Amino acid sequence: MIVELGHFCVVIACLLAFLQVVLPSIGLKQNSLQLMASASSLAYGVFVFTLLGFLALIYAFLMDDFSVAYVASHSNTRLPLQFKVSALWSAHEGSFLLWTLVMSIWTMMVARFSAPLTTDMRARVLICLAALGFGFYLFLLLTSNPFERALPFFPAEGADLNPLLQDFGLIVHPPLLYMGYVGLSVPFAFAIASLWGNTLDVSWARWSRPWTNLAWAFLTMGITLGSWWAYYELGWGGWWFWDAVENASFVPWLIATALIHSLAATEKRGVFKSWTVLLAIFGFSFSLLGAFLVRSGVLTSVHAFAVDPERGAAILMFLVPVIGGSLLLYSARAWDLRSRVSFKRSGRESFILGNNVLLTVSAAVVLLGTLYPLGYEALTGGDKISIGPPYFNAVFVPLMLVLMALMILSHRSRWWATERSLLTAGQGVFSVIAGVAAIGLSVAMGPIKLWIVGVAWLAMMIVLNLGYELYRRVRLKSNPVRRLLSQPLAVYAMVLGHAGIAVTALGIVTTVMMSEEADLYMAPGDRAELGAFDVRFYGTKNVEGPNYVADRGRVEVLREGEVIATLYPEKRRYLASQSIMTEADIHVRSLGDIYVALGEPLENGAWAVRVHIKPLVRFIWFGGVLIALGGVLSIFDRRYRVPMLRSSKQGTLAPSVEAAHG
Amino acid sequence: MKLGAMKPQRRNRLLLILGLVGGLGLALMFVLKALNSNINLFYTPVQVIEGEAPIGARIRAGGMVEAGSIRRSDASLEVAFNVSDLAGAAFEIRYTGILPDLFREGQGVVATGRLSQDGVFFAEEILAKHDEKYMPPEVAMALDTTRQDSMQP
Repeated sequence: MIVELGHFCVVIACLLAFLQVVLPSIGLKQNSLQLMASASSLAYGVFVFTLLGFLALIYAFLMDDFSVAYVASHSNTRLPLQFKVSALWSAHEGSFLLWTLVMSIWTMMVARFSAPLTTDMRARVLICLAALGFGFYLFLLLTSNPFERALPFFPAEGADLNPLLQDFGLIVHPPLLYMGYVGLSVPFAFAIASLWGNTLDVSWARWSRPWTNLAWAFLTMGITLGSWWAYYELGWGGWWFWDAVENASFVPWLIATALIHSLAATEKRGVFKSWTVLLAIFGFSFSLLGAFLVRSGVLTSVHAFAVDPERGAAILMFLVPVIGGSLLLYSARAWDLRSRVSFKRSGRESFILGNNVLLTVSAAVVLLGTLYPLGYEALTGGDKISIGPPYFNAVFVPLMLVLMALMILSHRSRWWATERSLLTAGQGVFSVIAGVAAIGLSVAMGPIKLWIVGVAWLAMMIVLNLGYELYRRVRLKSNPVRRLLSQPLAVYAMVLGHAGIAVTALGIVTTVMMSEEADLYMAPGDRAELGAFDVRFYGTKNVEGPNYVADRGRVEVLREGEVIATLYPEKRRYLASQSIMTEADIHVRSLGDIYVALGEPLENGAWAVRVHIKPLVRFIWFGGVLIALGGVLSIFDRRYRVPMLRSSKQGTLAPSVEAAHG
Repeated sequence: MKLGAMKPQRRNRLLLILGLVGGLGLALMFVLKALNSNINLFYTPVQVIEGEAPIGARIRAGGMVEAGSIRRSDASLEVAFNVSDLAGAAFEIRYTGILPDLFREGQGVVATGRLSQDGVFFAEEILAKHDEKYMPPEVAMALDTTRQDSMQP
């Protein structure tokens, strides 16, 4: 009964979303403020009913209601409680319900925090969001209903959740990633609403910025967590595979990164207006395209979960009008968006232009490599190919190196034009310091590598220039510490974000260059040498978990004769599905991870054992966390807090000039 | 019209456009070259045994792991097994290292590696899947084509 009510609630949410499109549209036509304002109240209704539907499905999982087909195929009575909840979004139908819930959350937040917008602009933004939401609800209800019952013959026991997904990663990764994916619909809606109402002024950019930053921060966090999860859970120690599903999230991230920068230029200086609109459209379009690629299973992936080929066509039917329609609107309206603002080659605008060119080109080459197999298959009449990681590395890495080099100078730049002396002051000294530090780092990691020295130099230069910029802001003030603390949060957000890039880059280059990996045949008592470490294997014991049995190995890692870690990697067999899973054990050291996983059992108690030494691998995700924190911090900047919470019915907000932002 | 005779503003714009087009062309050439040298074509068991697959080039091949065909060496991680299209065509894959968890008899696998002169496929990587129900599209296609072929009289 609860499940039927849940289903019914989602139907109501769908109808409300429909009303949220129709009523305010009529309001716009008839100039009725009341009808326009209905968009906000309806947003709350849509959210509440979606949440009720969501809770009903959680209830079905908690009650082990295997008469619900979706529960029966993804849960089990012995599944631990937290995984019964997260099993909800472990496959196509349920994860799409989560997607609609996330959509309703964003729409509600926009309704809540957009009071100072003019009534018609606010209505237009919410209509766009509601129209997208309505499409999602239709898709959910017509093709992917998670509430469907398998009556009258339903199983007494569920088929269980895929063991790989019985992990903390499943609890946090999809919700964060969806917050990012779907959150990009907000700048998209702002852009479409402005094109529609012909109100593409600077206030549009100011309004889009905090939303874009927040969605982008979620996306960053989602991707970072996904990488970390794949690393420890998949059992082969990789953290990025240039896999189709990964790229599907990375392309929108690259576009969104370009967008947050060009929005800054548009807001501050009124430049790149039509380009920024285009990025906002493409950011969300690529996140839809990603959803299509991931869910339709048209591409070979190591992360293929929520795959259902038949529904791919339905997503495509949604994708084409959304992307096509918005581009059509763009081409009709954007041509008279010429910015009449100039800037010099040395101005910050130029650096942001460079950033945008590099990021969109890298998004394009990643997309090309991801979609190429599809095009090839279509052109050759069925030849299946795959594009190897060397392609992505060869085209992506050089672009990122140039981007990092540009980032070093960008911290010194000023809007419109930058004095030459400002760009170059102290760079000689910094170069030497960065060079010494970079060589020192490489030597500390083992034999010296040019790649590490080069990337570490770039990373150090970024950090030093960030520090210099902070110093320059306070040096002539009477109370430098207080002055430093009173810098706008946006400055600290930028510092965190860019420092995060430096940290991640350092982690990537060190891990790639210095990792030691070995697949070993080890009988109990065997020992092997790997890098500076000795590895001893002491055989396995049987252990029992809540819903699995496992062989648990004991591996000692020694350095110069002393045991520095004892690791217990497991090979688990989950009882319900009888599937086998590797649970790696990782010893985390400040300078890197020691990663041990069991392969397969061989004769006489011997095992295939995989041992990895991964220097600085944690830097990759730590940097990602810093970047995401920067995004979150930026939305608390005073400039956004004040207008957003002000309940006055002020019209468009005049862009205020703030000296603090130079 | 000579370049020098143009107005400086127009000349600058022309040079900018030429530079952009040249740079884009160069970049595109580089990207396509990188793309072409990293294409791994997929071959079905029939194509492998009929000699359609190139010898020594990096390719991908796969099918279903044949029951009872998995052979391991005694003191190393070398393993050999046959993959078939369930319609009679099969070839041998050799691999040294740890196989994915879901590798077992009767499962579809895709291997990346090189084919040797004597028809043995030396794999550098065996595609791991996360889900037992998931079938790599390539393997599905390999099985489909044989099914269609065998239906024809």
